Amino acid sequence: MSSQTVTTAPSTAPSSAPNTELTSRLFWALSDSLTLVGRSTRKGLRSLDALLTAVLLPVMLLLMFVYVFGGAIHTGTSYIDYVVPGIILLCAGFGSASVSSSVCEDMTSGAIDRFRSMPIVSSAVLTGNVIAGMIRNVISTLLVLAVALVIGFHPTAGILGWLGVLGMLLLFMAAISWLAACFGLIARTAEAANAFTFIVMFLPYVSSAFIPTRTMPRGLRAFATHQPVTPIIETVRGLLTGTPIGGDAVTALAWCIGGIVLGCAGATLLFRRRTAP
Amino acid sequence: MSYTIEVSGLTKSFGKSRALAGLDLRVEPGQVFAVLGPNGAGKTTAVRILSTLIAPDGGTARVAGYDVIEEPHKVRAAISLTGQLTAVDGLLTGEENLLMMARLRHLGRRARRARTEELLEQFDLQEARGRRVSSYSGGMRRRLDLALSLVSGPPVIFLDEPTTGLDPRSRRGLWDAVKTLAGSGTTILLTTQYLEEADQLADRIAVIDDGRVVAEGTAEELKARVGSETVELFFSDQRMLAEAVKAIERRHGRARAASPAPRQDRERLSLLLASDGSASAVRGLLETMEAADVAVDRMALHRPTLDEVFLNLTERRADRGPELHAKGVPERRADRGPERI
Repeated sequence: MSSQTVTTAPSTAPSSAPNTELTSRLFWALSDSLTLVGRSTRKGLRSLDALLTAVLLPVMLLLMFVYVFGGAIHTGTSYIDYVVPGIILLCAGFGSASVSSSVCEDMTSGAIDRFRSMPIVSSAVLTGNVIAGMIRNVISTLLVLAVALVIGFHPTAGILGWLGVLGMLLLFMAAISWLAACFGLIARTAEAANAFTFIVMFLPYVSSAFIPTRTMPRGLRAFATHQPVTPIIETVRGLLTGTPIGGDAVTALAWCIGGIVLGCAGATLLFRRRTAP
Repeated sequence: MSYTIEVSGLTKSFGKSRALAGLDLRVEPGQVFAVLGPNGAGKTTAVRILSTLIAPDGGTARVAGYDVIEEPHKVRAAISLTGQLTAVDGLLTGEENLLMMARLRHLGRRARRARTEELLEQFDLQEARGRRVSSYSGGMRRRLDLALSLVSGPPVIFLDEPTTGLDPRSRRGLWDAVKTLAGSGTTILLTTQYLEEADQLADRIAVIDDGRVVAEGTAEELKARVGSETVELFFSDQRMLAEAVKAIERRHGRARAASPAPRQDRERLSLLLASDGSASAVRGLLETMEAADVAVDRMALHRPTLDEVFLNLTERRADRGPELHAKGVPERRADRGPERI
């Protein structure tokens, strides 16, 4: 018996393989990615504690800032309208950052070895985690937004404004998720990978999320004004409540796209290095 | 003869530590081949190279007719790996795990369902199919893990220490699964540190140590390498023991007694003699004793186990007691006590 004859087990034949080799390869690459997105989405939505934290933490912060500190903070508008865009961003960032631990888990469990020993594009594991993370985040962000609306948040945005907010948030989530994926590829344990969440959590505090940056001391103000989260928050706030946006939108887009490019390239490189034969 | 797995001169180092030092393996189609070795012998490294996960520093490896470095994609289409870390998703159910793997193996919708049913049945996971895998026992997880690697019916399967950490019952369950698989003509390369496992499952065994094969053959052949069986005679005192030695020497003559020399164990008051273990040989021995007026208290027959082969072959020079080496009787025999007959 020759060894070649055993390689073609009938059951491995693709079900509906398209004609040309290239289309077929693209087709299966896409199909495999979707399968892995499905896998990560299911896992993400089933880890209830993580989902709960992703919703509860921003909601607690929202309530605390609106009812405890809010009375003492003067922003020129009603404080709840000021703070909700910041909270939403914090929620989106916090959730996206958790992609680092799910990526790390896949890289350190037996999963990656199995995927790599199969004839599939194994980096689809990353895409799966990132897209699933975004799906989960859209859900948790919507829940936080719903709470905000219940306690008196009054957005003035029209359809276009909402679409703009959605687009901005998706870009932001994608950027944070890909950067988180890099972190997950560097970290050796899921706990260590989780540290990325804290970095991302910290940024909104030193931004215009909770208080206008003009009230901060000089050095801090310089950082707060120029760090990526502030222009994104200002853009979302402008779209939702009609505050002036100005150049912030362009800066925000630049940060997000820069983050996506950097994160994507970094993750691809790190993945290749980590899995180099 | 063309081999399904053909490895020659494989080397691999991680930093300063050398994992493989010229490994050679040949596995025929349909064979169950066990790579047996202690921790750190290079078993996992070998499997990782063969399943295209890492590249060797030197040497060649072909699996299912394809070179693992030149044509990894073709190798991957022909193999399936069950690694040491279980690759099941705890938050998904057993059924979902199987369906997902079937999608990744590009089976059609109906084939996915059918294959999942088959495997749930075959691995006795029907009842637990709808439960999250995180609630499974260790044995169930391993069974599911193995089932996952069989979704596409691959012609070559790698099992890296498939039963490490399992309780004896789960281990037997997994062995049964592997035996069924072997019966279907799949070529299986498994690594293990359990001799019993290799003995139970494998058609052929390669014992590896320090990154190279130190012995290869069937379980029987390997056992034969340690020598035939040993008869141990026990006496009531030192004088009887001395008499017995004299009687044996008289019977064999000095020249013949040199190879395999009978060995006295003064503490145990026993005499160890190589023998083929046959009834006539044992009777001849007892008759010799009787003729010399030596009273034998009791006797025991030792069969070599794979354990002894393994210890003999893999013991490094440093941990090997000199006298043990010289006498050729593995040390563990004394601790275990004789088997009574």
